[in-house]
Amino acid sequence: MAGGAATGGSAAADTYKSARHWLLLPSWLVLVLVVLAPVCMMLIYSFLTKEFRGGVIWEPTLAAYDQFFFDRGLFGDDPPKIEWTYITIFWRSIWQAGLATILSLIIGFPTAYFIATRPERTRALWVFLVTIPYWVNLLIRTVSMKFLLRDQGPMNDFLISTGLIDDPLRIVNTNLAVQLGLFYSYLPFMVLPIYASVERYNFAMSEAAADLYATKWTTLRRIVLPAVKPGVIAGCILVFVPSLGAFLAPDLLGGAKNFMIGSLIEEQFKGNAGNWPFGAAAAMVLLTMVLILLMIFARQQRRAEASP
Amino acid sequence: MTENTQIAVDVRDAIKRYGDFTALHRISLGIRDNEFFTLLGPSGCGKTTLLRMIAGFEDVTEGAIFLYGEEIEDLPPHQRPVNTVFQNYALFPHMSVLENVSFGLEMRGASKADARTRAGEMLELVQLTQFASRKPSQLSGGQQQRVALARALAPSPKVLLLDEPLSALDLKLRKAMQIELKHIQRETGITFIFVTHDQEEALTMSDRIAVMSAGEMQQLGDPRDIYETPRNMFVADFIGDTNLLDVSVEGIAAGRATCKLSGGHRLTCDAVDGVNAGAKVHLSVRPERLFLSDQPTAAESLQGTVVENIFIGTDISTIVDVPGGQHFTVRTSNSDRGNKRILDPGTTAYVNMEPGAARLLVD
Repeated sequence: MAGGAATGGSAAADTYKSARHWLLLPSWLVLVLVVLAPVCMMLIYSFLTKEFRGGVIWEPTLAAYDQFFFDRGLFGDDPPKIEWTYITIFWRSIWQAGLATILSLIIGFPTAYFIATRPERTRALWVFLVTIPYWVNLLIRTVSMKFLLRDQGPMNDFLISTGLIDDPLRIVNTNLAVQLGLFYSYLPFMVLPIYASVERYNFAMSEAAADLYATKWTTLRRIVLPAVKPGVIAGCILVFVPSLGAFLAPDLLGGAKNFMIGSLIEEQFKGNAGNWPFGAAAAMVLLTMVLILLMIFARQQRRAEASP
Repeated sequence: MTENTQIAVDVRDAIKRYGDFTALHRISLGIRDNEFFTLLGPSGCGKTTLLRMIAGFEDVTEGAIFLYGEEIEDLPPHQRPVNTVFQNYALFPHMSVLENVSFGLEMRGASKADARTRAGEMLELVQLTQFASRKPSQLSGGQQQRVALARALAPSPKVLLLDEPLSALDLKLRKAMQIELKHIQRETGITFIFVTHDQEEALTMSDRIAVMSAGEMQQLGDPRDIYETPRNMFVADFIGDTNLLDVSVEGIAAGRATCKLSGGHRLTCDAVDGVNAGAKVHLSVRPERLFLSDQPTAAESLQGTVVENIFIGTDISTIVDVPGGQHFTVRTSNSDRGNKRILDPGTTAYVNMEPGAARLLVD
């Protein structure tokens, strides 16, 4: 009897196990087809030889990475020097994405805090309002931004008419324009995770801090921020990472001088002038860099949590 | 105005309104220095609102609050020398127990070392020294409660406010903490203002109790006063168990009123000013001041039928039906079983009343 029951139990467990395998299949398919396969293709292409009009020749070579990091002169026979062109573009991208992230945080945090502290029934409406502009295509929003910011655009007209400035502010084709564009493109990714964590925050803790003689500012710094840190971090990652690889805002708002990685990679695959292996190699460098940043960050988080 | 005992918190004509809703109707009360004072009432009676007004989390719509003679109702919470033990403790989850307890001291400008030393003493007071480096989430509910207490006591507040601090604990732990809180109050000499909806807790711990209902103070007095001489129906019903009887006054003679129950039985009680013959009033009789017998006795007694005996540990509660649709609950101590009869359901019984047990209530 007991043996029979045990067998029955394990049979049920087996059924459950195999069912679980099948039920997990869709997630595995998505992971393999949408994440793993493209990254592998990119990795392979970055080690292939370029075809003159785009595409690749199936001959393994390190030429793409060599071109990215080293300068061997016009004819390729000089002793290798470090090639600064692309590294500079990368550095500028990190800088731009970083500033856009900080700007999003400065604007996004108070916005999220404001929404999370509204009465419960109006919060959904506020979140909805924040996301409305994002129903419009990113390209159109970025072009509109350019229109708003340009020298004879509405913003400058307004500022001149109020007498604040005499000459239009030249914003388009500057770094600032790119930062504003990136900030505007990804702001909800900052607001929403912070909102979610502020909403979960127990405001009795702020009262407790005030009760224990902490000013509002100290309460924000010592109690609120540590409590909502996971949301802030998630928001920063969600804005920083896509900003780093963005090409619409830099292309449309930054002009030729403010080239970013996204545009560099995009150009390698556009039209006939491209260089697929080089584009793939640049994308791999970008991916590696982001992974390293995230790993450093995750390790620090773990350390901060482990220490009492 | 001079008084023998110093007033710690003086609430004068305090009114709290939220839009059209009045949460507190003109409350005035003086809480004495070094006293364990309890605000008692059902949920929604305004007791927590009053506490939060003293702490500074709610502004006062009208009226004033004085703390040792200083007017404080316009000060923000962080400038008031009072500390609060919150209902769900509101401990800082990212800080260790020691950091939680020293937070208030640091905010008052104590050096980190001094704050830690004092926090260590406070943890000793609540017997949590060995947990100093733990995070709040690693503690049990009872331990978290002690941390909250130590944190609020550490800056030596002039008055400690406690907002239902024991409500999340199980019964046994709650009883133990009641005694401990009382000890700590005696030891530190700090004035405690304690909010609870648990009348037993209030009776156990308090020097004085303010019973509140619907934003108004119903009665202020020491636990014995409130239990034995409730001023109105609400207090009689809310504090302890009682038999509330609808009666009409038949006559008043020599300070005693004769009252008639709907079934025709008569009971006497002390007369109350302003109540004349013919008035419809209520009587409150505590179940432990009644006793049962199978024969009429010399005391005032009413004949009825036993409905049910309920065993409640220390006592047995007997429900007796008397003619006229009135139920009585009679409580017999279990230690008295030999002397006082426990009667079976269905048998005839006499409900006897100790002299002075019935109290006349007007509303």
